[in-house]
Amino acid sequence: MHYNEMYDGDQVREAYANLSDWVEKMPSDLRQMKQAEAEALFRRIGITFAVYGEGGDPDRLIPFDMMPRVFTQSEWRRLERGIKQRARALNAFLRDVYGRGEIIRAGRIPAKLVYQNEAYEKAVVGFVPPRGVYSHIIGIDLVRTGRDEFFVLEDNCRTPSGVSYMLENREIMMRMFPELFRGAQIEPVEQYPELLRRTLESVAPAKCEGRPTAVILTPGHYNSAYYEHSFLANLMGVELVEGADLFVDGEFVWMRTTQGPKRVDVIYRRIDDAFLDPLTFRRDSILGVPGLMDVYRAGGVAICSAPGAGVADDKAIYTFVPDMIRFYLGEEPILKNVQTWTLWEEEDFKYVMDNLADLVVKEVHGSGGYGMLVGPHASTSEIEEFRERIKANPGNYIAQPTLSLSTSPTFVDEGIAPRHVDLRPFCLCGDRIELVPGGLTRVALREGSLVVNSSQGGGVKDTWVLSE
Amino acid sequence: MLSRTASNLFWLGRHMERAETAARLLEVGTRITLLPNTDEGYRNEWGSLLRASGTADQFARDYGDITEANMEQFLFFDRNNPASVMGCIEKARESARIVRTALTSRAWDALNVAYQDLRSYKPGDEDAADLTDLVARHAATVRGAIDASQLRNDGFHFMKLGYALERADSTARVLDVKYFVLLPRVEFVGSELDNYQWQVILRAMSSHRAFHWAYGGDISAARVAHFLILNGESPRALITSANEALWHLTAIASRYGGNVAANARDRTQLLADQLQGAAIDDIFEEGLHEFLTGFIGKIGEIGNLVQEDYFYGRG
Repeated sequence: MHYNEMYDGDQVREAYANLSDWVEKMPSDLRQMKQAEAEALFRRIGITFAVYGEGGDPDRLIPFDMMPRVFTQSEWRRLERGIKQRARALNAFLRDVYGRGEIIRAGRIPAKLVYQNEAYEKAVVGFVPPRGVYSHIIGIDLVRTGRDEFFVLEDNCRTPSGVSYMLENREIMMRMFPELFRGAQIEPVEQYPELLRRTLESVAPAKCEGRPTAVILTPGHYNSAYYEHSFLANLMGVELVEGADLFVDGEFVWMRTTQGPKRVDVIYRRIDDAFLDPLTFRRDSILGVPGLMDVYRAGGVAICSAPGAGVADDKAIYTFVPDMIRFYLGEEPILKNVQTWTLWEEEDFKYVMDNLADLVVKEVHGSGGYGMLVGPHASTSEIEEFRERIKANPGNYIAQPTLSLSTSPTFVDEGIAPRHVDLRPFCLCGDRIELVPGGLTRVALREGSLVVNSSQGGGVKDTWVLSE
Repeated sequence: MLSRTASNLFWLGRHMERAETAARLLEVGTRITLLPNTDEGYRNEWGSLLRASGTADQFARDYGDITEANMEQFLFFDRNNPASVMGCIEKARESARIVRTALTSRAWDALNVAYQDLRSYKPGDEDAADLTDLVARHAATVRGAIDASQLRNDGFHFMKLGYALERADSTARVLDVKYFVLLPRVEFVGSELDNYQWQVILRAMSSHRAFHWAYGGDISAARVAHFLILNGESPRALITSANEALWHLTAIASRYGGNVAANARDRTQLLADQLQGAAIDDIFEEGLHEFLTGFIGKIGEIGNLVQEDYFYGRG
């Protein structure tokens, strides 16, 4: 039986009491009207989501569920401590593996997994970015299986997306149902853009004079997350630039403006390492800035997240995060990892092969819910097909038990029904570590489905943290 | 302001103005099809108006027959026609999407709603006059949202500069085409036959009522030309558009100060001065076609100078 976040046994939990009343009193025609209103609002604001490589309507909306998901203050405080702890450990790990590699010398993580990792950037070995921070925005994907049972599904240390939905979901809920917010004492999330700007400014390089100029670097308006890039730039009051807007001259990076060149100190990049600088990485990249890495290594500009940060969020490295926490912080992990079998190890491989029908198998470098097998939901032929793919390249896969994901009440055609959810909070790391009380809740809208990815029929919800 | 942002705002303005031009051409075109064909060829008017948007050849190739359905398809829906309403609205929205951060939510909202609404129509849903009204309404809402809500900063001036230059260009082209059609029969200038055609021109610029208010009495070539070239009260006159362009370029130049080149402004000043001192008789004497060709060239030149002054951004 899945844990339903709204109930304690048969009783509606106090945190959900208001919402439960609200739902019961809402006539179904009003509900439909509000749902249409919400969709119209999203469309007017321009939030859409294009799915990579799927063609179709580039202005597709992510379905929005009006039923919020609620955390109590004490639940949140524990999550917050766990998330911040994990963020500190991940940055300590990055600093270590681009430096002396103590954790590897100590035999806690196999050298091969780090140094031969595709995301390990030799180009930045020995360079320490300002304040020693590599990953400035960490999205940590969490699932829940019981009242006090939370697991980290994966870490996103490069350029996690989705924060615009966290902000817009709240905005739309407040616009449509102001009455819910009057009584309910819900912690605000709207300070996020300001905190992000402060975080970026706090890691400006030493050569920066005066107040730092930060920009967001986007691959352009054809990118599926472009809306988010422009949304954040707007709320932060910084320029949204493309590679062609920037150029390197002397020791610095400049942007082209109507009044001539203007110096840039901090770049929040939303493009992958490989495209940052055609002189250092992929030579065919037209998204990046030639010479950027030279300026970066000479301390003329900060890049967030730092090139090479991706080595910390690899699914193979994931299994070692609890060890990192113990190793660097001398603490016990507050948030648990999901048990993970790594198929490049003989014993794990054997176990997984014998139990494929009960497990979830993922590609080590995959994302977005693609290239995975959900054993209990797969047909025999799908399982056998996947088995062959694993055998061909065991090093490319990990396996995890199918978790009994918690459900959250969700509007469906017939009224309210439980649907599986996950949570992505966004942790900011600069001179301080900050976390706004909330995050992006994704919901699998199909009955019984465990896949919450927006590219595969997932939706989003507003996420509430109640103040005491 | 980022050079790319300025450039997108400029083109947002140009494409919005161009979409309106297309919608007006559609209205005039369908009006023409309602009239009997004659030797002089009301239908030739349609061809000449198409030439004004530089797309006559494309229409002849892709459609051929001048029917209301074809015209509607071509001038409103056809994405392959760079001067169609939807082609322009899409480009304007694309620019707006790229520069979302430089637009107020009201301006973005107006443009996005225009786009979402207009693209929901399919050929045959509405007649041409209703479509034209719809475009005019949306265009007015976008323009109004820009005027009412945008900060009067450089971005605003780049947008309005785009509107002004596009309008100058489109008025000059429509006028020029008219002249071209008449050219083989110089003796027609000022004749009865001619007058209906001038009326079509006025209508193509939504100016026929305004003309009558301003001049009263008969439509003559000299009066229409004066109205559309030298009358500073006429909203689509070349002189009005040139003065507006000058106003926005001056605002940009004074904002940026002496360290940023202002060649576009200087060139526009020259053009405005020339128009200010011109008399319609002199223009006819010089040749309307020659005058208009020269004018269109100068607008193009100003567009290039705007690019050089502000859109390269490397100092």
